[in-house]
Amino acid sequence: MRNILAIASKELKSYFSSPIGWILLGFWSLLYGYFFVAILNFFVRQSMQMSQFGQAGPQAMNVNQQLLRPLIAQNLPILVLFLLPAVTMRTYSEERRSGTIELLLTSPLTDFQIIMGKFLGAMALYGVMLAVTLIHVGLLFIYGRPEWKPIVTVYLGLFLLGGCFISVGLFISSLTKNQIVAFVATFATFLMLWVITWIGSFSGPTVDRLTQYLSIIGHFDDFGKGVLDTTHLIYYVSFITFGLFLTAKSVDSERWRG
Amino acid sequence: MIEVQHLTKRYGRVTAVDDVSFRVERGEILGFLGPNGAGKTTTMRILTGYMPATDGKAIVAGFDVFDQPIEAKRRTGYLPETPPLYPDMSVIEYLEFVAKIKGVPSNERASRIKQVMQRTRIDDMAGRQCAKLSKGYRQRVGLAQAILHNPDVLILDEPTAGLDPKQIIETRELIKELAGDHTIILSTHILPEVSQTCQRVVIINKGRVVAVDTPDNLTARLRGSETMYVQVDARGADAAGVLGQVPGVTRVAESDRRDGVVGYEIDSETGRDVRRDLARAVVSSGFGLLELRPIRISLEEIFLSLTTDETAAASKEETAVLEEVPDA
Repeated sequence: MRNILAIASKELKSYFSSPIGWILLGFWSLLYGYFFVAILNFFVRQSMQMSQFGQAGPQAMNVNQQLLRPLIAQNLPILVLFLLPAVTMRTYSEERRSGTIELLLTSPLTDFQIIMGKFLGAMALYGVMLAVTLIHVGLLFIYGRPEWKPIVTVYLGLFLLGGCFISVGLFISSLTKNQIVAFVATFATFLMLWVITWIGSFSGPTVDRLTQYLSIIGHFDDFGKGVLDTTHLIYYVSFITFGLFLTAKSVDSERWRG
Repeated sequence: MIEVQHLTKRYGRVTAVDDVSFRVERGEILGFLGPNGAGKTTTMRILTGYMPATDGKAIVAGFDVFDQPIEAKRRTGYLPETPPLYPDMSVIEYLEFVAKIKGVPSNERASRIKQVMQRTRIDDMAGRQCAKLSKGYRQRVGLAQAILHNPDVLILDEPTAGLDPKQIIETRELIKELAGDHTIILSTHILPEVSQTCQRVVIINKGRVVAVDTPDNLTARLRGSETMYVQVDARGADAAGVLGQVPGVTRVAESDRRDGVVGYEIDSETGRDVRRDLARAVVSSGFGLLELRPIRISLEEIFLSLTTDETAAASKEETAVLEEVPDA
């Protein structure tokens, strides 16, 4: 455990001692802030229109339904899709390119410790990114009365979704010395898993069910609605485990191939 | 301390290391000599547990590197060909990280790091970012990293590559100093390094061990007989006859002639020092003795002969060819 934490903290520090961590965090905040303002404006305009028509319709505007859901459950995953490959692209590629992998692999560490350290380090950066978005959510609590339970589930979902990206990103990074290759391949893999349901609708019920199950974003919807379903939890946890397993196999085979 | 038995490593159809066996005793410095691509780095990587061998066995500090890799790695310090530095870290941050992953207890870390930095003379660079270090300092930080956890075995892959002459001398001194409580394998393709630092040499070529011996023995073994170079001012007379009559001399050959001064190469029986008799013979004949020195086969020649054509070098007839090469 001590070794895992040593590597995780080294990984987290390395994001912030190079520009990559700051650039990621900067653009993430910028884009998220833009989404927030845009959706908030839309929300404010709608609620003013409703009040102009006298008393509101059958139900009043709901902050969770009309502001937080489009913002966090629909727009944030897209940001994750575009930016998280940049978090993992360097994890193994950079170590292999600079030769520091020799230090790690000849230190008294197991492959599992190295992989978990890297995974947790990347997750920590992702955690920092998610923490930034909580500032805006906090503002909503000051000026309104959103429900907190769906917010908790959507953040849990985001965390698991990011975990999938990071575990597979680690695997892809372990296959190449080139960070750009790692970025593109990770991005493409996830875009594919994102849109995999598109062929399901016209390819018969079995394929449809299969693609529904594989769709990385299909499992996210319920978290966004505030529903906690073990099916989705199991899907994400096994996805992450599988990604880490592939990474372990890749690192091991790399040793044999030299 | 280190025992390598029939180690073989194949990459696909390429055999990088082919049935290599050798032993290193405690406190010894073993030189690993070979041209580029001979399999030095591969052997070292196997010993450090970086990669597994295709076949064979390697025991480091009493632990099999395949069966008990963690225990073996705990007792091994490794300096790869390119020092494995994280460019974004400062020297001290880097050493702290290495101390953690090498399992140096947290209460000893600070003092251990300080000690190692003094020993490798990098304490003035503690706060400098690794990316901004000069090649010499990088190498020394790499060495500091290797000895940080006080390992029994040190494996150094070309530790002096890319250093300036002063740094090379300093690094060699440091390595010799470390030999007391560490067992060291160092690889190099620079020959003087081996004769100056190592007690034993393994010469490796195309993945095979071609010779294991002390630098002195290697020199002696290849030189079937003793050879002297004598320069005589005979004023036109023939000195070869006089020299040939000295007891113990087996062959006299003229090697150069300029303005009546003639140089001869003289072979003598092994183990018999003919220098005094040669000098007396020349002087008593009334010739002028200008130069008298033994011709040693340098490690360069041994190395070249062993690595360019190992079968030829092994046979005695071919070694005679070697001896005609003038002293390097």
